[in-house]
Amino acid sequence: MLAQFISTAPRMTAAQTNQPRLARIVNRLCLAVLFYLLVACGDAPLNNPHPHHPEDAMVYQSFMQSIPKHLDPAQSWAVNEAIYISQIYEPPLGYHFLKRPFELIPTALESMPEISYLDADGNAVVEDDEALAFTRYTLRLRDDLLYQPHPAFALDKAGQPLYLFKTAQEGRRYRQIPDFPETGYRPVYANDYVYGIKRLADPVIASPMLGFMSQYIQGMTEFSAMLPGPPRKGWLNLDDFHMEGLEVLDDRTLTITLNGRYPQFPFWLAMHFFSPIAPEVDRFYHNPGFVDRNLTLDWWPVGSGPFMMVENNPNKEIVLERNPNYREDFFPEEGEPGDQEAGYLDDAGKRLPFLDRAVFTLEKQPLSYWTKFLQGYFDRSGETQGYPLGLFDQAFTVSPDGVSVDSELADRGLTMSPSVEPSVFYYGFNMLDPVLGGYTEERRKLRQALQIAFPTEEYLSIFYEGNGIVAQSPIPPGIPGHLQGKAGMNPYVYDWVDGEPKRKSLEIAKQLLVEAGYPNGRDARTGEPLKIFLDVQSQAVNNTRKRWIERVFSEVGVQVEFRPADFNRTREKMLTGNSQIYSAAWGADYPDPENFLFLLYGPESPLICKCDGANYSNYENEEYDALFRRMRVLPSGPERDALIDQMVQLYQRDAVWLYAFNPKRIFLNNPWVFNNKRHGISNATLKYTRIDGQQRDKLRTRWNEPTIWPLHVALILLIALIAPGVVAYRRRRSATARQGRV
Amino acid sequence: MLAYIVRRLFYAVPILIGVNLLTFILFFVVNSPDDMAISQLGAKHVTPEIVQAWKQKNGYDLPLFFNADAGGSGAFTETIFFTKSVRLFALDFGRSESGRDISADVSNRMWPSLAVAIPNFVIGIWVNICVALLVVMFHGTRLDRWAVALFVGLMSISYLFYIIGGQYLVARVWKLVPISGFSGDEHIWKFLILPILVGVVSGIGSGARWYRTLFLEEASQEYVRTARAKGAGELRILFRHILPNALIPILTGIVVVIPALFMGGLLIESFFSIPGLGSYMLDAIQSQDFAIVRSMVFLGSILYIIGLILTDISYTWADPRVRLE
Repeated sequence: MLAQFISTAPRMTAAQTNQPRLARIVNRLCLAVLFYLLVACGDAPLNNPHPHHPEDAMVYQSFMQSIPKHLDPAQSWAVNEAIYISQIYEPPLGYHFLKRPFELIPTALESMPEISYLDADGNAVVEDDEALAFTRYTLRLRDDLLYQPHPAFALDKAGQPLYLFKTAQEGRRYRQIPDFPETGYRPVYANDYVYGIKRLADPVIASPMLGFMSQYIQGMTEFSAMLPGPPRKGWLNLDDFHMEGLEVLDDRTLTITLNGRYPQFPFWLAMHFFSPIAPEVDRFYHNPGFVDRNLTLDWWPVGSGPFMMVENNPNKEIVLERNPNYREDFFPEEGEPGDQEAGYLDDAGKRLPFLDRAVFTLEKQPLSYWTKFLQGYFDRSGETQGYPLGLFDQAFTVSPDGVSVDSELADRGLTMSPSVEPSVFYYGFNMLDPVLGGYTEERRKLRQALQIAFPTEEYLSIFYEGNGIVAQSPIPPGIPGHLQGKAGMNPYVYDWVDGEPKRKSLEIAKQLLVEAGYPNGRDARTGEPLKIFLDVQSQAVNNTRKRWIERVFSEVGVQVEFRPADFNRTREKMLTGNSQIYSAAWGADYPDPENFLFLLYGPESPLICKCDGANYSNYENEEYDALFRRMRVLPSGPERDALIDQMVQLYQRDAVWLYAFNPKRIFLNNPWVFNNKRHGISNATLKYTRIDGQQRDKLRTRWNEPTIWPLHVALILLIALIAPGVVAYRRRRSATARQGRV
Repeated sequence: MLAYIVRRLFYAVPILIGVNLLTFILFFVVNSPDDMAISQLGAKHVTPEIVQAWKQKNGYDLPLFFNADAGGSGAFTETIFFTKSVRLFALDFGRSESGRDISADVSNRMWPSLAVAIPNFVIGIWVNICVALLVVMFHGTRLDRWAVALFVGLMSISYLFYIIGGQYLVARVWKLVPISGFSGDEHIWKFLILPILVGVVSGIGSGARWYRTLFLEEASQEYVRTARAKGAGELRILFRHILPNALIPILTGIVVVIPALFMGGLLIESFFSIPGLGSYMLDAIQSQDFAIVRSMVFLGSILYIIGLILTDISYTWADPRVRLE
């Protein structure tokens, strides 16, 4: 860019020799401004927002839309935090990057955990033995696991930790982790995984896992009660306390014992809650005064994963760098059908990770991050959200064949990664409501009528640009138990016509209302119109959406009243059963139907469990609950599938939710980014991402040629504003007191 | 003057207590400590025990204002309000609800805020005064009338329009500067051009119109006519006579905001991704982080009071007849 400027400058000057003086001045000023801009930028485009990051090949540049609150694997449970944590820590298990349905694979383990079943006395029993009291998982670690270099592992000549301070004064010069000159590392031991699980039970950490996991891991509740609560000063070595269900057999082997059976436990072993935590790291972060400088495990994670955190300024950016100690890991050599053709296996067998660095810049405004993506300064259109809401029309074209990238963007080589999320958004009925709730035939028909009257397809088309699919059951696509085609259709709301489900007519809805005792939407006994109440979060439903919902129900004579409130009040109503129709959503913790069907399990009703249960519908069906209890402990197979089918049929018959859909997200990738397959469950996918840095530099320069003429115009305008003033001022100064007379 | 300042500082104490009390009440009217715990812990698998543990860890397990279980003064001191408020008066902001040290964040974030706010403030005032004086010089002419119309037009445009319009044109269409971002190194200037340009241009309408009014009032004074009769040039009259005499109302408007400059701007920092205190406050409100909101409101109140005292002091500098007693 600078070279181009220098070569064009003399030509411009020569061409201007005959121009008026003012024009020459304007041009010179413009050139001067431009010169300074170019000198300061070097060869990079003027609008490059990453001037301080080297433009080398393997730097992934992305953005974060919100600041992570927690990076401690025991505390974090948000997707925008998992983006970082999942790259830094390595739990025992993970997911195959390409295969679908989702497949668990050993990551930090040599092989999948060995499972044994025990009776109350600790004797081995078979899986279906009634005497079964415990399930034991034996985990054998790989022998090449090493932690990232970190000052917590630095030792002095005597082999003692280098950075252990008695007072805050001693360590006051260290404000960030990179300030420590010495680092060290060591292998990951089995005890580190045990220590990590013990942290889940520490009341001072207040892990969201404690309540849930303590019902499964043997002795977790007692362990938690044994520890001193807050406020606590200094470091408490959790190794000094024993948890019944955890045992370290040797440096590389540990066992976890669960109460009873919980076949879904391996899925939890693939979550960052079960990451290894080195006790010396925990001790390091409890140095006096460290917490006052935000030197905590919550902000500076230490793991054995493919990346390590080298900069954490959540106000500006988070930078991850390749962990030089990362174990041998290779790109998978097989995937699902179609992956070969899509190029997802082009890197098969190559060593991971591909990236040297990953930079996540804080960028909250849609116009800003969308513009930077289009200008090539961000490699993908988002990490958690595919594109800014409201900019769909700029990015995509909707045709009968579906959604495709806008032609202008497609010409630039942008690729699209669609993903149906393993989650469900829904409006549910409160089954305890005196008007809509209950299990009589009339009430079922009333709810079914409302289901038919609510055209979810139209709703998705209008308010989600078609980015969602109608959910016929609580189980989303990609999760075992999700049935497609006629077998998966809800026969109470749809008919199978010409090879696809077709919503029943409004006439049938009206007939159902008659049978339910509400002809024309009026109570047959009192003549009062049927009015339904929707509890929604204020910001979630705008006036357009409200009017649409009012209109669709008015077609069957039903009136709607919205009861908007903030998140906390809406949630409170749901927990106390004071809602009639509520809105909710659930994203998969793990890819098992149990993780969705429990949304309708009776004991999960907040009113029954007196807890934060997820069955906000307060659906209570003994048959369903019995099926759920059996299904939960069965291994995958036809028997389990049959139970799931029966549960889904009960859900459909009882019409528990008004409507439900599974959201689709579409992510865009710049042409230099490879291996863009979305996973849906796992966030530990950064190691598979590859960048072609040369192509990026070339395209970025081409896409960001500055437009200089506005500088000329601005300068001319400025002169046009000032010049008349100067002229008038001079005229006034030279004017006589009484003009025209002597 | 010293006695006056001490007295004003003394008056500040009940004001600060009142501000703190109001913030506390407003926040907890819509948010209970349980709500805060849930918003911090996430919505999944949150049991009452976990909520209680979080409240205990963060000091929200006490009653809000009155602790009936505690005896004597403990009934008032062993409450959330007292424990969270007293430390503020020692400028100990404690930790945010997510565990970060607020003082450390404030000291880091004030520099980006100042980097934007000071040039914006200085250049803005300078441009507004110059434009206003220029217009005053042509008072009664067509230029004056068009300028006033232009000022009203500029005032009527939303600040958001300036920001988004500036970003769209300058950064997206013309690609002259980054659309947003910040850098603490030698590249800082390229991130500041656009926010400063937007800040200055958006302020011209109201600023220049206000200053024009002040200057016009002074321009009709007899001392101006006398100066002109003595042969003083227009520029000399404007800058040496009118401007100093119009300073009192100008100082009233600008000195008060000087200490608050480092609190940054909510919108400009948010839209331009400047990691300053303005965006810090906005994020805290969105994430219901009461510790940060309370600290920032308290800090803002202190700075505002300092600004008011500085304003009074500046009067004595601008007009030697003013005495602070």
